Amino acid sequence: MMRTALRKSIGPLSAVLVAVTAWLGLVVTPPDRDQGDYVRLVYLHPALAWVALYVAFGMAAVCSLLYLWKRTRSLRFDRLAASAVEVGVVFTLLTLVTGSIWGRPTWGVWWTWDARLTSTAVLAVLFLGYLALRRVPAEAHVRARRSAVFALLAAVNVPIIHFSVIWWQTLHQGATVLNPNLSPTIHGLMAWTLLLSFLAFTLLFAWMVTVRYEIETLRGDDEQAGLAAAIAARRAEGAPL
Amino acid sequence: MGPAIRLRSAVALQGRFPVLSGVDLDLDQGQVVVILGANGAGKTSLLRFLAGLVPVTAGMAEVLGVDLATTPREVRRRVGLLGHDAGLHEELTPVENLTFALRAARLDPTRAVPALDRVGLAGRPATTVLGRLSAGQRRRVGLALLVARRPQLWLLDEPHASLDEATRAMVGELVEEAASGGAAVVASSHEPDLAVPMADLVVTMAGGAVIGTEQGGRGGGRHVA
Amino acid sequence: MWRDALLIARRDLTIELRSKVGIWQILPFGLLALFLFAFALGPSTDLLKASAPGLFWLAVLFSSILAAQRSLNIEGSVATREANRLLGLDPAGVFLGKAAAMAVELLVLEVVLLLGIVLLFHVAVASWLYVAAALLLPAIGLSAAGVLYGSLAGGATTRSTLLPILVLPVEAPVLIAASKSLSRGLGVATAGAERWLVLLAIFSVVYAVLGIALYGPLEES
Repeated sequence: MMRTALRKSIGPLSAVLVAVTAWLGLVVTPPDRDQGDYVRLVYLHPALAWVALYVAFGMAAVCSLLYLWKRTRSLRFDRLAASAVEVGVVFTLLTLVTGSIWGRPTWGVWWTWDARLTSTAVLAVLFLGYLALRRVPAEAHVRARRSAVFALLAAVNVPIIHFSVIWWQTLHQGATVLNPNLSPTIHGLMAWTLLLSFLAFTLLFAWMVTVRYEIETLRGDDEQAGLAAAIAARRAEGAPL
Repeated sequence: MGPAIRLRSAVALQGRFPVLSGVDLDLDQGQVVVILGANGAGKTSLLRFLAGLVPVTAGMAEVLGVDLATTPREVRRRVGLLGHDAGLHEELTPVENLTFALRAARLDPTRAVPALDRVGLAGRPATTVLGRLSAGQRRRVGLALLVARRPQLWLLDEPHASLDEATRAMVGELVEEAASGGAAVVASSHEPDLAVPMADLVVTMAGGAVIGTEQGGRGGGRHVA
Repeated sequence: MWRDALLIARRDLTIELRSKVGIWQILPFGLLALFLFAFALGPSTDLLKASAPGLFWLAVLFSSILAAQRSLNIEGSVATREANRLLGLDPAGVFLGKAAAMAVELLVLEVVLLLGIVLLFHVAVASWLYVAAALLLPAIGLSAAGVLYGSLAGGATTRSTLLPILVLPVEAPVLIAASKSLSRGLGVATAGAERWLVLLAIFSVVYAVLGIALYGPLEES
């Protein structure tokens, strides 16, 4: 009862929080001295990045681990991981787009090989790779195992990729010229709005994953139900006509 | 000699499809059972199941004293499986294939050549890459591997199919030698005339289960009701 | 585990030497890639010389995908793989053996392509030690990752198109690190070159360990 009430309230709650964030971010808070209205992207981009890089990916990795560990092996974790990645891809792409839009006026270009942007782009590709792997036809548990292993491999790889990209940038002369710090000074109401944006988008992510998960579960239930019926049908093949 | 196979209502799934829908089977060591049945009845699935390659979904399954539901890997080294496709490497010669398999199974690699002799593949065929040999010769190499490995349970999937007279006779001899030597043999077949004479027990499958059992022509077989 | 690794490595290399897929298909592809880079970047050798380390590793990287496919294909048909499962080989050993065999092939490829860039792009080796390390470490890392992701990517048909997008993003650090290291070996002043070698070493160790742990469970399907 409690859990259903909780699940049902996430959607409306996240909608409300996002609306409040939007109102505060777009209307109430002041524009920045240097960046003007572009600074309002600070209520969008960091929150999206947080969800994509840490919440979505972290959840996918943890669920994959839980699936692979014998004691907690359940297709539920596989479905949760897949849902997290699917929604995570959306957030990652939005992170890249908002990052690009935010940087354009300051950098003058749509893309720079900034370490964080590049790492995020690689993460997007890894997410897409996960989804491509899931589309390969296979038995439920075989697919779950492959996906889980891939997710964990990705988790191991992200630090390696991240460091190599940072070294690639910092050891190259002139890197700093292209990447002036985008962070504006944040105080008072802006700080609260920023915090709210993190909460709002995390909740939005949670809601989207819940919906996606329910869809996956319904699909899965079709498969699991009727083992006894399948056995009976199989045996009937052999009955004399 | 103890039981080689004990199955009670064994169920096995391939994805969602029950390839085995409740199989009962008893076989002692030193005995030969032939499995008859139409295509799709589950004969090949049963053989793979006995080799520990298909997980147990329900029921009891004990092979060579090993519980397949908990430790299927234990049984793998002690069984030999031979299908239509001999399961060997095309780019290696029979000698190389057998030596590789024997070494992998921690057995004496010098068993390879005598085993190939036994199946009539001495000399040049033994040192020609598998890809250049005929289907019959490849099957013989598969049989040679079983002869060399001497598993306690032989699993043969339609061993007579597409073989000539002489090779078919050899299959019968090898089965008899294996059984007399204490191994259990399970062979599926579409040709009762060839298979029944070499069997203690003849079992018919349909719809993933055993629907009938009879005595075979080997003599000294046990009848399971 | 080591015993099985040796057995499998010998088998894979025997099959490779006999079928010569590496020599007749993969090696020519690598050399062809170098030529295509030359066509793409124009006949001026200044640009080619400057880009040589990166182009070299691009050629090796793409060829390594082919080599990984080939390694997994050696395992044979479904029946052959099942028959081998019955032999009781240690999956960790199988992984090590396959990765080792592939690493040997990659090293041969790299040596030939090194000769290629020396001749075609006018570079010269300044430090043999650096070049040797720059060739050896990535060969190990790319082989370990290739065999592991190859076993993840399903059957031969699926694998042929899926493997590249699964494994190449992960190998991006190797591309960066190997290019920098080779650059240093060819005499180009490169800041922090040792760091790149360390990265390559870490990558190789990580993937060797991951492969040993994961290859078995993955092949059980």
